Amino acid sequence: MRAPLSWLREYVDLPAAVTGRELAARLIDAGLEVETVDRAGADITGPLVVGEVLAIEELTGFKKPIRYCRVDVGRANGSGEPQNIVCGAVNFAVGDRVVVILPGGVLPGGFQIGARKTYGHLSEGMICSVSELGIGEDHDGILVLPPDAEIGADAIELLGLRDDVLDIAITPDRSYCLSIRGIAREAAIAYGAAFTDPAAVELPAEADASGEAYPASIADPSACDRFVLREVRGFDPAAQTPLWMRVRLHRAGMRPVSLAVDVTNYLMLELGQPLHAFDRAKLTGPIVVRRAEAGESLETLDHVKRTLDPEDILITDASGPISMAGTMGGLATEIDGASTDMVVEAAHFDAIGTARMSRRHRLHSEASYRFERGVDRELPLYASYRAARMLAELGGAEIVAGVTHAQAPAPPVAITMPAGHPDRVAGVAYGRDTVVRRLEQVGCAVEGGETLTVAPPSWRPDLTDPNDLAEEVIRLEGYENIPARAPRPVAGRGLTVEQRTRRRVGRALAGAGYVEVLSFPFASERDWDDLQLPADDPRRTALRLANPLSEDEPLLRTTLLPGLLRALARNLGRGFGDVGLYELGLVFRPREGAPAKAPRLRVDRGPTPEEIASVDAALPDQPLRVAVVLSGEREPSGWWGPGRPGIWADAIETARTVAREVGVELAVRADRHEPWHPGRCAALYAGGTLVGHAGELHPRVIKAYGLPARTCAMELEMRRLGEPRLPRSPKVSTYPVATQDVALVVGADVPAGEVEGALREGAGDLLESIRLFDLYTGEQVGEGRKSLAYTLRFRAPDRTLTAEEASAARDAAVAVAADRTGATLRGA
Amino acid sequence: MSAPNKSYDPVEVSALQPEELDRARDEALAAIASAADLDALKRARLAHAGDRSPLALANREIGALPPQARAEAGKRIGAARGAVGQALKARQAELEEERDQRVLVEEAVDVTLPWERGARGARHPLTTIRERMADVFVSMGFEVSEGPEVEAEWFNFDALNFKPDHPARTMQDTFFVGSEDTGLVLRTHTSPLQIRSLLTKPLPVYVVAPGRTYRTDELDATHSPVFHQLEGLVVDEGITMADLRGGIDAFVNGMFGEGLTTRMRPSYFPFTEPSAEVDMRCFVCRGASAEPGGEPCRTCSSEGWIELGGCGMVNPRVLVACGIDPDRYSGWAFGLGIDRTLMFRHGAEDMHDMMEGDVRFTLPFGMEI
Repeated sequence: MRAPLSWLREYVDLPAAVTGRELAARLIDAGLEVETVDRAGADITGPLVVGEVLAIEELTGFKKPIRYCRVDVGRANGSGEPQNIVCGAVNFAVGDRVVVILPGGVLPGGFQIGARKTYGHLSEGMICSVSELGIGEDHDGILVLPPDAEIGADAIELLGLRDDVLDIAITPDRSYCLSIRGIAREAAIAYGAAFTDPAAVELPAEADASGEAYPASIADPSACDRFVLREVRGFDPAAQTPLWMRVRLHRAGMRPVSLAVDVTNYLMLELGQPLHAFDRAKLTGPIVVRRAEAGESLETLDHVKRTLDPEDILITDASGPISMAGTMGGLATEIDGASTDMVVEAAHFDAIGTARMSRRHRLHSEASYRFERGVDRELPLYASYRAARMLAELGGAEIVAGVTHAQAPAPPVAITMPAGHPDRVAGVAYGRDTVVRRLEQVGCAVEGGETLTVAPPSWRPDLTDPNDLAEEVIRLEGYENIPARAPRPVAGRGLTVEQRTRRRVGRALAGAGYVEVLSFPFASERDWDDLQLPADDPRRTALRLANPLSEDEPLLRTTLLPGLLRALARNLGRGFGDVGLYELGLVFRPREGAPAKAPRLRVDRGPTPEEIASVDAALPDQPLRVAVVLSGEREPSGWWGPGRPGIWADAIETARTVAREVGVELAVRADRHEPWHPGRCAALYAGGTLVGHAGELHPRVIKAYGLPARTCAMELEMRRLGEPRLPRSPKVSTYPVATQDVALVVGADVPAGEVEGALREGAGDLLESIRLFDLYTGEQVGEGRKSLAYTLRFRAPDRTLTAEEASAARDAAVAVAADRTGATLRGA
Repeated sequence: MSAPNKSYDPVEVSALQPEELDRARDEALAAIASAADLDALKRARLAHAGDRSPLALANREIGALPPQARAEAGKRIGAARGAVGQALKARQAELEEERDQRVLVEEAVDVTLPWERGARGARHPLTTIRERMADVFVSMGFEVSEGPEVEAEWFNFDALNFKPDHPARTMQDTFFVGSEDTGLVLRTHTSPLQIRSLLTKPLPVYVVAPGRTYRTDELDATHSPVFHQLEGLVVDEGITMADLRGGIDAFVNGMFGEGLTTRMRPSYFPFTEPSAEVDMRCFVCRGASAEPGGEPCRTCSSEGWIELGGCGMVNPRVLVACGIDPDRYSGWAFGLGIDRTLMFRHGAEDMHDMMEGDVRFTLPFGMEI
């Protein structure tokens, strides 16, 4: 809502020295979000005066018509001689009063005007258009003033070229401030200044209201509880909107259209009551306010033919729908350039009804914006009367006596509240008198002693609860006067196990050289294809957004990999190919058999556990996952020697890094699982639970995402790792170690993990550690075989091992390996 | 070795002549003194103090002397060998010192050589600042509350007093999941965690709820469809706006520095009543930039204040929807943008940088901020 200071001053008696910025500061303290104060015309410098065109010489020989004018500016130029001015507009005649800026003056935007030679003549200034003056958008012609404008008068003052305009973002609870009336009321309270209600006009006495009135009725009181019509006749369609009104509309951000339309817009801005004018001649039969019937349609003013929904609120006559209530009028009954007789409508439509209608039709108007936030129910009689009067005064119309006033009863609102409630909300002792005074200031009727009965004013439909009233008191007493009370210490239990684990996992991965990414969780079917997921892969079952930002990514991720791979490709594109990235985030897995809709529980009491469960059952499973992608070198080459590319084993190691933070050692088994390379994919197990996969990506996946060859990845689900275990303190033996090396030859396809597992098992309790120190394939072991060389370290907790004991343990280990994997001692 | 002689013939044992001994000693000392390095000294040691050295051989001959001559000869040889031994030891130390000096110089390296062998990693600053912010609350005894990102509308809107069809509901540009009537959305704020906390935790409730949130904004320098919020919630007996102020001040002082003040402006949120926007004193210029003649401040655009977030007293309707008696309990809530906090606290200027995963953006933030 844009509110010019000059307009506000008309209804609030502000001290003369108050500027827009000062007022803005006060209004912000009172709860209005003043976003900017536009100091319109602040940069204008005179002389900018009224002149009369004395003579016009049409210059020829130019591409467009050019006029050389003599303009009388009175004594404004010091000499009293007429000014010679070249002008490119032709919409004026000799004798017209115009606005002239004399050399030395500055127009809005800092345009300095000097005497200069143009089109072969010296132009001593400029004749101005509304857009040049900053009071309109019309570039086509210069501004012609009414003939009574005094020659030589200061046009800055005359036209109100300087004005501060407050641009205020009105929060949904303060719909009354979608009007000059409401903002002026707040300004009056803020300054303790007198307020004049622009709606408080004296209506014609009932006796005079007995004339003919256009028949109207409300068929659905849930749609509309007040409907007022007034008629005017004999309106002059040629009547122009006065300049002052055009300036105000422009300052408020609306375009002047025609007098009839401008009057309704002007009063909507001033009062907050949307108004609509019908061409009387285009109406047939009585008007009825009702809901739409199936199959009805209406072509609205924006030339869109709309199919109506049975919930839509309509104004209808004998011909059918003529207007979408409080949203947009119909084209067929529109005021046009020949309309002389009008029916002005001012009504109070249901907020929810208009909100739904405007959303359903994606039709948002100034009117619907106000109705869906709440309009003063008492305004229609007054606003319609002011409209009729303005049409009479400015457009020569005659007001038809009488008024149509249909209404449905609206229950009175009364809030009961202990007088001390605002004190208890704020933690400040205001006292009953202050509470009552502040509530009365905002327009409430207050009764009672210790318990107050408060009737909010008609323009405050937002006031429904004691806390709403408390807020009124507290904001007017000033939020800045609320003290700060230091927090009382409470007994919290700190972070949960999961929260601490997640932090540790992040630190461990970052410590291992991976950079965290927070990618958008949006994905597409193409991702599933790019990841080579089979048709029946559960990861293809994804939730779809009803309104995705991009139709290219309408799904919610079921795996972290697409986002990470895209981030990897982005880094690659920016010249960083040796990169490891990780992400910790939720994936979204629809639950089989979940209800299609989450129930909307009532809010007037707490839900039962069953009700909460019924809501949660509709939610997808949203487990936390961790994933890593890496490409290029893990260790770069340098003066120290060659580097080391990141390989499948690095990816598996990241999984181990994660698992160790939970105190779990992962078991690794070869697997085939998309999007991994079928021969370089590890399934990761914690105990018997599959927690995820790691390895090198399938070459087709790498190609699809535009990644370097041999890009690797890991993804696992945190909860499958289980609860972090309390580490048990080890017993540290101080007896010497006995080391034994064994080289075992096995079939090339025997997993090293199995051999190691067998050795471990066979070696028994004396085994302290086992380490594979060599892997050999080649002639010496024969085709289809490989040699695995291990160092086994044995140690006893209570004695020095003898060579015999160590050898026996080694032999036992080898025996189990031989039994399980067919291993033979190399060279044996 | 020759056996002891029974007869004494000094001629036969000329090696024991004092002159011979002196000569052998002097030769030894000269060789030691002239040994240029440890190898030469080693040779000199072998030649003059080794088993086959003249003095060693002479020593063997002592047994051939008549008993009465042995003591004196032994004394002379002992003196000579002692002198040689000492000279060797001294020269050895000298040469070792020389060698050490030389070798340590020769072994010098260029310590300015780079050693970027391991990959560097970092946590995302939105993660670490979120933890930092939450930890300030945790230090006050709050617990961290988390929940689903695909959320039921009842939690995201209804229970928070967003009435159906109320404009406040459409103000938040919501992603709907499935279709517009499944009752599922991507949570538009972290406030559903207020409801989840109040429904699951025993009263009183002191929680801080950080998390990812979603609105249908295109990604640009200052907007992102995916962003992050954090909110604190207190529901207890006798909670007032003074507690709200005190809680926010404590957070601001813990997060941005001691002595920073805050101010509140009335505002509107469906789930709080009264509601306010909160600003805090700029932690860089502390308001000086807004004073006449003050140095300009980039952090607060010389406003002196930084917009922090929204807050208010928990709307009693929210308590009712959670089954809490609003006559007995009251509470406050305070929420702010984590992304925005990162922007003004660390001078991050573009949301793209935070969301795109460019390692150059993230690496400098390290493990904690």
